[in-house]
Amino acid sequence: MSFHPKMAYDASFHKSGRTLTEAGEPFAYTPENTARFESIVVRYPADRRRSAVLPALYLVQYQQGHVTANAMRYVADLLGITAADVEDVVSYYTMFHTKPVGTFVINVCRTLPCALNGAERVTEEICGKLGIKPGETDPSGTFTVVEVECLGACDRAPVVMVNDAWHECLSPEDASKLLDDLRARGEAALSGCHHVVESRRL
Amino acid sequence: MCTKGIHVVFFVSSCFRGPVMIMEPLLTKYVREPNCFTLDFYLKHEGYEGLKKALALTPDQVVEMVKASGLRGRGGAGFPTGMKWQFVDKRSPNPRYIACNADESEPGTFKDHLLMERNPHLLIEGCAIACHAIGARVAYVYIRGEFFHVQRVLERAIDEAYRAGFLGRNVFGSGFDCDVYIHRGAGAYEAGEETALLESLEGKRAQPRNKPPFPAVIGLYNCPTAVNNVETLANVPLILRNGAEWFAALGPEKNGGPKLFCISGHVKRPGVYEASMTMTLRELIEGCAGGVREGRTLKAVIPGGSSVPMLMPDQLDAQASFDGVQKAGSLLGSAGLIVLDDTACMVWLAENLLHFYRHESCGKCTPCREGTDWLHKILRRIERGEGHMRDLDLLSSISGSIGGKTLCAFGDAAITPVLTTLKHFRHEYEAHIREGRCTLPASWRARHAAGAR
Repeated sequence: MSFHPKMAYDASFHKSGRTLTEAGEPFAYTPENTARFESIVVRYPADRRRSAVLPALYLVQYQQGHVTANAMRYVADLLGITAADVEDVVSYYTMFHTKPVGTFVINVCRTLPCALNGAERVTEEICGKLGIKPGETDPSGTFTVVEVECLGACDRAPVVMVNDAWHECLSPEDASKLLDDLRARGEAALSGCHHVVESRRL
Repeated sequence: MCTKGIHVVFFVSSCFRGPVMIMEPLLTKYVREPNCFTLDFYLKHEGYEGLKKALALTPDQVVEMVKASGLRGRGGAGFPTGMKWQFVDKRSPNPRYIACNADESEPGTFKDHLLMERNPHLLIEGCAIACHAIGARVAYVYIRGEFFHVQRVLERAIDEAYRAGFLGRNVFGSGFDCDVYIHRGAGAYEAGEETALLESLEGKRAQPRNKPPFPAVIGLYNCPTAVNNVETLANVPLILRNGAEWFAALGPEKNGGPKLFCISGHVKRPGVYEASMTMTLRELIEGCAGGVREGRTLKAVIPGGSSVPMLMPDQLDAQASFDGVQKAGSLLGSAGLIVLDDTACMVWLAENLLHFYRHESCGKCTPCREGTDWLHKILRRIERGEGHMRDLDLLSSISGSIGGKTLCAFGDAAITPVLTTLKHFRHEYEAHIREGRCTLPASWRARHAAGAR
């Protein structure tokens, strides 16, 4: 029963809304990723292998697109920690996906400096064109749209990060064109970081 | 593409008003040159001279020199760097570490982004000198996960430095060993807090630790650690090359050296500007960044990243130094100036920033975890036009229950946008509640239409 006049704090209120991560296929690194992992883990003291959990999870994500429960167990075994330790980390950091995502994950910065320059309209345009809401993947599995917090290029707002590449000064008017461009040319459609672009201009 | 994209590194040749120290950029002098990020280019411009000089000195002499230079931490708190290094526990039997904070996530801040991408060797040299100063062997550069393009530039630069013998074993034949490793974060604002950064480096959630003990005594892997911002470490080679007096003379008293200012928001030329801290905020905004857009008037400025109180247009003659901005009633923080013109709705602004803080709260301390969510809910309600007058007192009351009651400064940062907008723009909140909508002209808000949610 509820002691609050307007809110029902019944049993369902306290149930976590979090769904369990899917187990996925049995997971193992490819030989290249094993070699990469070995080269990373030596950067940390021998008794501190746990430090390599973030790089180890990045390797998982680059290998299969998202982080499954089986992959977490695999990483846990590699580092000598528990699977719960790994899930603790995965569930905290926003850059790990625990569900399958589209080929292009479009991260639109929504924080103040970008928002002052129309970031909300950019999200609106992109989501409108794809017919999805932020956080969802379009039916073709090509695009996932995510609203993220400050990306750190506020002078070139609004900024969009597509997978690991950047697109800067994206006006709402050009947002839907960018989607077509991405479909046609892949990441070559992105402007990249303007610091680099400028030096090319000079 | 658009003119906004071009960041301008300037010489203060046409200053807006008053006598201004004319200063040549030091940190960002060559950022527009092609290949400025390569080792060859860096070596042609005094590269690694500072490290060579540092290795000829004892660690204590280097610390004394940095202390005398008046270099203050550029990450936000402005703590004197030399002092921080001096506090590193030298008697501990454990190894010591340098952790470079490259997790630049403060809204409105993008200076380290530019520095690392265009002048990575300066940071690497700074890391090596810092290692020598505190007797560390290893420096970890904790870079935010979103800066992957920056990370690749930095990785290549580190490889070059190893091959040339500036890192690795027996640097310059001095017997000094130094390794610099990059550690990539994965999207957590809180990792920018020094103890949370160390937790993240240890492979855990980026949540802050109780202090004291401070990292200088018990830091990474329970060893003495100095955590320094990218821009701070990038200033260290300059001090070694040119001397502490030269560095201190570049700025006002206790605010030595060049400073990178990030100007964003409603200005004509947003970008990173390098200047002496003798400048005033007005000179930076109107002289360097070109002032607000055509036909608009300045409404307010957030001078140090989203976490500091706003300054009104009449307060902008304050010196853009740590002490000057503090005297004006705000903080220089990370020197991310977010400029707002009259089209900005302050309720919307507070709602936007609280969405940020609610999302980024690490969840360790209850007041911040729960409080930011409540603040955001109430602000969204007011922004939608469903607020009540009593909500304004509720906002202040919740803020009072967060501020000063959390392990790190995040709690105080999160309530600042609410308190500062309430203080200066209470009438906008009241108008929202009275009218049931935003009272700014619809066309001004067209770019903020939030129909996507």
